[in-house]
Amino acid sequence: MQPQMVMYDEEFQQISGVCERLAREANAKIVFLVDKNGQLIASVGATENLDTTSLASLTAGNIAATGGLAKLIGEKEFSILFHEGEKDNLHISIIGGRVILVVIFDSRSSLGLVRLRVKKASDELNKIFDGLMKKVAVPGAGSPFAEITDDDIDNLFSE
Amino acid sequence: MSFINYSSREINCKIVYYGPGLCGKTTNLQYIYANTNQQAKGKMISLATETERTLFFDFLPLSLGEIRGFKTRFHLYTVPGQVFYDASRKLILKGVDGVVFVADSQIERTEANVESVENLRTNLGEQGYDLDKIPYVIQYNKRDLPNAAPLEELQNLLNPKGVPHFEAVAPKGEGVYETLKAIAKLILTELKKGT
Repeated sequence: MQPQMVMYDEEFQQISGVCERLAREANAKIVFLVDKNGQLIASVGATENLDTTSLASLTAGNIAATGGLAKLIGEKEFSILFHEGEKDNLHISIIGGRVILVVIFDSRSSLGLVRLRVKKASDELNKIFDGLMKKVAVPGAGSPFAEITDDDIDNLFSE
Repeated sequence: MSFINYSSREINCKIVYYGPGLCGKTTNLQYIYANTNQQAKGKMISLATETERTLFFDFLPLSLGEIRGFKTRFHLYTVPGQVFYDASRKLILKGVDGVVFVADSQIERTEANVESVENLRTNLGEQGYDLDKIPYVIQYNKRDLPNAAPLEELQNLLNPKGVPHFEAVAPKGEGVYETLKAIAKLILTELKKGT
């Protein structure tokens, strides 16, 4: 079973910082991070007209499906996927086996540049997530929902 | 597993609708999509075959409102029901927080229902989940059909543990929201307990 994913403000700022720099250095249009269950963690760049929730869900589905393919041929997983379009391209990579980094770029960049910058950013992101997981594993970190009452839950559904 | 984001003050949970082929999983999502106001829902995605059978999954993001300053967001997924799409079903169960089993009430589908529940238990087990321990509700769909089996019979067969169950006619919306509310409540209650 996968561990509970929790995001704090401090790590979120660090992660967004890495993503922003990656977008800049790779000349990318959009960079986003998704967890393997399809939840969007962070997104930077020209995301105004983009349905990032759907993108996150489909990316995770894509990784899951290619992971299934990998197992069939005896691989653990495919750590990098690349989709080439007429204008925009998608570079998808798995970081530390748990989160998915997606870079959308066009002809102003190149696959080589994106790969290079992604590699560097991956190491940094991996460190941040390592720290985050340790923080979450500390007993007493607790769920913010420990305090909610049955009434709170009921109120959510009162019309 | 749910995703708690202190930064955006959001909590994201994943609900999977499971069940045999043509039992009405997608219909449940379509009804919810059509009857939820614009601000509360995202785009519904259906990865279906040309004949509108679900191939990989349907996906619908919903916001239910706030609890103690946290926005609650639920991601609804369906699995393809047909037996031979088992690989897809396994993938979609990853990180699930709660399961709705949609049973087809028609007598002719009894065997398919039983087979599908067993398949659900097996596939959850492979991911390290126990169906008896996770939030789980059952919906008996197609109650309006003349060949629907008696409720008691279905309960004996599919619900020996007595999890919450609902009778439904999904295209008309009967029982659809009741089912969704029940599973969402169970998930939030589980979160309250902490993991």
